[in-house]
Amino acid sequence: MKPLLSIEGLTVELSTRDRTFEAVSDLTFGVSRNEVLALVGESGSGKSMTAMAIMRLLPEPVAEIASGRIMFDGIDLASAGEASLRGIRGNRIGLIFQEPMTSLNPSIRVGPQVAEVLRLHKGLDADAARHRVEELFEQVRIPDPRRRYDDYPHQMSGGMRQRVVIALALACDPDVLIADEPTTALDVTTQAQILETFRDLQASVGAATILITHDLAVVAETADRVAVMYAGRIVEETTTERLFAAPRHPYTHGLLGSIPHVAEAGARERLPEIEGTVPALWALPPGCAFAPRCPRAGERCATERPPLADIEPGHRAACWYPVEAAA
Amino acid sequence: MIGFLARRFATIPLVVLGVVTILFIIFKSVPGDEAAFVAGATATQSEIEAVRVQLGLDRPLVEQYARHVSGLVVGDFGYSTTFRGNPLPHIISRLPATLALAAAAIGLTILIGIPAGVVAAAYRNRLPDYLISLSVVGLLAIPNFWLGMLLIAWLSVDLGLLPSFGASGPASLVIPTLALAARLIALVARMTRGVVIEELRKDYVRTARAKGLSKGLALRRHVLRNVMIPTVTVIGLQAGYLLGGSVVVERLCAWPGIGDLLLTAVSVRDYTLVQGIVMIFVVSFLVINIAVEVLYRFVNPRLRYA
Ligand SMILES: Nc1ncnc2c1ncn2[C@@H]1O[C@H](COP(=O)(O)OP(=O)(O)OP(=O)(O)O)[C@@H](O)[C@H]1O
Ligand SMILES: [Mg+2]
Repeated sequence: MKPLLSIEGLTVELSTRDRTFEAVSDLTFGVSRNEVLALVGESGSGKSMTAMAIMRLLPEPVAEIASGRIMFDGIDLASAGEASLRGIRGNRIGLIFQEPMTSLNPSIRVGPQVAEVLRLHKGLDADAARHRVEELFEQVRIPDPRRRYDDYPHQMSGGMRQRVVIALALACDPDVLIADEPTTALDVTTQAQILETFRDLQASVGAATILITHDLAVVAETADRVAVMYAGRIVEETTTERLFAAPRHPYTHGLLGSIPHVAEAGARERLPEIEGTVPALWALPPGCAFAPRCPRAGERCATERPPLADIEPGHRAACWYPVEAAA
Repeated sequence: MIGFLARRFATIPLVVLGVVTILFIIFKSVPGDEAAFVAGATATQSEIEAVRVQLGLDRPLVEQYARHVSGLVVGDFGYSTTFRGNPLPHIISRLPATLALAAAAIGLTILIGIPAGVVAAAYRNRLPDYLISLSVVGLLAIPNFWLGMLLIAWLSVDLGLLPSFGASGPASLVIPTLALAARLIALVARMTRGVVIEELRKDYVRTARAKGLSKGLALRRHVLRNVMIPTVTVIGLQAGYLLGGSVVVERLCAWPGIGDLLLTAVSVRDYTLVQGIVMIFVVSFLVINIAVEVLYRFVNPRLRYA
């Protein structure tokens, strides 16, 4: 199937006072309708930057898209004008943020915050919008939606707020859904419930979904495909099944290796520590960024960067010496 | 809310009593014979003694204090040499002019200070921001009486646009308002700029933008509400100090308010009048602070339900 959203060679450059570097380098992947692609990687690997680049909401003036295309429904979002972007944000692409505590406006009632997006894009009047928001609250399983409509965010628990944020992202039946660590800030029980709600709704809307997460258990339960990021680049990408069964990149292998029963329900683990630290993005080695930490690294890895290439149909990895598939 | 108001208003008498006591002690320790002063320079010794008995100044201090306080309770502020009797009605009659001036200054602050701060923040580190920030520094550096004199020299003497003194219609409010508000406008503009910049960094702004709102709409619909919370507080707290600022400005522009009266009272050493005016200032200050707290609760939903 042709991807609904396809990112081609996306590079995001960060310019701080003392240096300029690439937070996201030459990223290429696509997501199709009804598909959930998980974007995993350690902190700082560029996941959120990728999400913000797609929305064209990168922090100004620090970050900007240096090159690449973000093709969505025939439009290149990377070069689209502000007016057409505004028509797409919140309407055709929904975004769910990590921080339910702060991502809602503290001084506006939650109902109107969701209604705003409907009034903006669907031209609903106040009554129709309210009605629709109450329906949405029902769908995201907020108990007593009619009363909750008039709550301020501080009157709700973290889990409830995140449900509001999910309702907000789904309000306009978006074609693409980007969820940046939607459950990270919540306690384990709430995480499981929110994730279930999220999955059900995502499936019913059929949105092409990018799920950013640290949590391999979430990946196993939710994603159809996985792209593993390391230092701003995708190092491996394939179906979830394939990735868990036979990871080919030594980095992925390391991530999975120390979790015995990833797929086991309830066993939620953060990405395990791998020996060594991620090199600074502004001081990456000329070759493979993972080479300094890689048990399999050879001479070539230090000098030549491995391209992200098909090592078997539907399985891409960027490695000169991939782990054997039989493993 | 009712309970909150009751608690706050209950503190007023306590604060007032404290101020009354302090003033009483200060004025009693001022050197000189009060009775002789009230009786006048040409009075004979027996006239002075008569005044002393009449005003109860021959009684022990504790008794004088008790009378003074019980007099205040029923609205008797004592004997003012300026008005030859209780100064309270005269002070009250000056109140509207001062309140009008303070209200005009606050209105102007809201109208100019807040938008200026928002514009500076929205155009951060660009020309509009530089111009506004420069004006802020300038306004903060200029003392209000000097600004008042400049305005009088320019607007009324040179251009003849406005009356330079007195209260003859709304036009005469312009110069004292500008002189009084300048500092507050600058303070509020500077603070608003800081708060807006801080708010713009918050996650809810990103959420608003992710909904498809333009930068301008996100600012107007989402950021401004949250900016109002600290801004209202600062304006409110400064409102009390406007009373103090009005003393100089009112004298300069011959604005017939309480501040002007206070300077007169001081210059003729009418301590009863001074005391009375200070009382009114204190009460006004306390009431304004309560009003600010009410307003603060109104703009901040997190407190309203707390
Ligand atoms: N506003 C900013 N200014 C400067 N550098 C930034 C800024 N935001 C992010 N970065 C840097 O950009 C890189 C990528 O950050 P990004 O937020 O995309 O990581 P991430 O994969 O989402 O991490 P996490 O899992 O912690 O959310 C990091 O090195 C980070 O330090
Ligand atoms: Mg992130």
